[in-house]
Amino acid sequence: MPITVKRSVFFSLFLTFLVYTWVVSTAGTEVDEGKSFYNVEAAAGKLLFQKYNCGSCHQLYGLGGYMGPDLTNALSDKSGKEAYIRAILKTGTAKMPDFKLTDKEINELVAFLNYIDKTGASPVLDYSINYDGTVDVGKKK
Amino acid sequence: MLERKSKTGIIFMTLAMISLLGGALFGCIGAIQFVYPDFLSSVAFFKIRPLHVSLVVSWIFFSAVGGIYYYFPRYLDISWRSEISKKLHLILYVLTGVAILICFFLGKFGGREYWEFPPWLAIPIVVSWLLFGINYFRSAFSKTFTWPVYMWMWATGIGFFLFTFLESYLWMLPFVRDNHVRDITMQWKSYGALTGSWNMLVYGTGIFLMERIQKDGSIAHGRLPFMMYFLGFINLLFGWAHHTYFVPMAPWIRYLAYGISMTELLIFARIIMNWKESLNVFQRGYHDLSFRFIIASEIWIFINLALALLISVPAINLFTHGTHITVAHAMGSTIGINTMILFASCVFLLKDASSITPAQSKWIRSGFWILNYSLLAFFTFLIIAGSVKGYRIVVLKEDFMVTMNVITPYLKLFAFSGIGLLIGLSMIVIPLIRVAINAVVIQFRKPEILVAVRASAEVYAEEELNVN
Repeated sequence: MPITVKRSVFFSLFLTFLVYTWVVSTAGTEVDEGKSFYNVEAAAGKLLFQKYNCGSCHQLYGLGGYMGPDLTNALSDKSGKEAYIRAILKTGTAKMPDFKLTDKEINELVAFLNYIDKTGASPVLDYSINYDGTVDVGKKK
Repeated sequence: MLERKSKTGIIFMTLAMISLLGGALFGCIGAIQFVYPDFLSSVAFFKIRPLHVSLVVSWIFFSAVGGIYYYFPRYLDISWRSEISKKLHLILYVLTGVAILICFFLGKFGGREYWEFPPWLAIPIVVSWLLFGINYFRSAFSKTFTWPVYMWMWATGIGFFLFTFLESYLWMLPFVRDNHVRDITMQWKSYGALTGSWNMLVYGTGIFLMERIQKDGSIAHGRLPFMMYFLGFINLLFGWAHHTYFVPMAPWIRYLAYGISMTELLIFARIIMNWKESLNVFQRGYHDLSFRFIIASEIWIFINLALALLISVPAINLFTHGTHITVAHAMGSTIGINTMILFASCVFLLKDASSITPAQSKWIRSGFWILNYSLLAFFTFLIIAGSVKGYRIVVLKEDFMVTMNVITPYLKLFAFSGIGLLIGLSMIVIPLIRVAINAVVIQFRKPEILVAVRASAEVYAEEELNVN
């Protein structure tokens, strides 16, 4: 394979990738159904989620750790009422350490989880499978 | 006699193997904590997991980079343009690594998956990688010859690691951070390509080793190796979205990724078609310790590619996503493919730089089998646990806690096989670390000892060959 062909293929793919990256990061991810729930508190909660490395045990959209439950819809889950979540954040559990969170931090984490809850569903429980292997996702679990 | 310049490569390799030992140890502790949360509670799971992941990622990078540093002058007749840059790279890597470990032990986080450390620590990583990248390209372009495919792969891995690493920090911009759908999509887009970029470094090393061991230049030149490289490159660029099939992004992103992922069927078909030929090559090269690791990696490529293809189908991904099948995929690839190839590289490099004694060789061979059988058990229990979890949560719509109780026995078996993995890895790594330290000490201070050790090892290798 001549060097000019190799270079042409490489740079064509790379340029396509740059355009693709731009489109994915703009139009491809523009819709955020929870947008109206994203406020200063939720933004602070998001950084706390990282500060306490919650992702090492919990998932959002099935991405993260495996020790604890997926928190995407923790606030709307039948077993996860807000008061229950607040109690766990306050004291920890047998598996989850007590991080000694302040009330302000708990409010911020709950605001963040509330925002995430409105963005979509995970795990997907309302679906239909198509013949080509694709899946149509329902609105909410 | 080797040049003193080869020392940096060996030091990178040595640090890589120490990282692997640490990573495997923390992985084992984490697996036990998963089923027995009170185990070693002073270092909680949320600290152990990033310690495990970061050290294993360090193993991959340190050893791949160490190999490239060593092979360039030694086998490709390319001199490094800047020796100072190499040393600075090493120093920055070590200092940053130590700082990251301290942060994790102290519970100082702030980042996210893979890079949980405080974000400012990304700066020295970028600087060190720039030093490496600039040195690589300046050195590689200083010599006029047709690059073999592995040099393309290394160049791609270096360039795209930098690109995707920076991309994974886009969350620091409010434009990305304030829209979770965009944030999580961009995060996993970058991670998909990032693992692709380190795979380029590792697979490039694998092809280099195959070429050298088999003494067959066609492995790294010609139309087919480059077609396969470009196919891998396309998957690196566009095939990441199976991580985020069910994030509410634009549907075309997942359809495109689904289509791209299925092109890997071509690689799968090629492995099956070449199976008989590969078997002959394997039998011919089986006596070579390096080549034995390459053979193992080829078998694990087959298994992991089959799994990757399956979980790239959205209808299957629906049940496997967020379950332990994803862990099996990650572990199977990291240990079965990357680690096997990198072990082959370690053995190849250290046999060249120093010598592996017959006793060390026996330990490594035993470790090889323990590692592979333990990995098979580890992989299988994760697949079972993940399948049960996916079925009970998605089909039966059971709660998380109920499901976890059901899969706990499989997770105990997974943790137990993790101990086997640690034992197997240690049996390979500890002798190799000793060889590496000897290489640095003996080669550069007392070369006459090396000559004697190498002579005895050559006699042993000849006897082994006759027995086989």
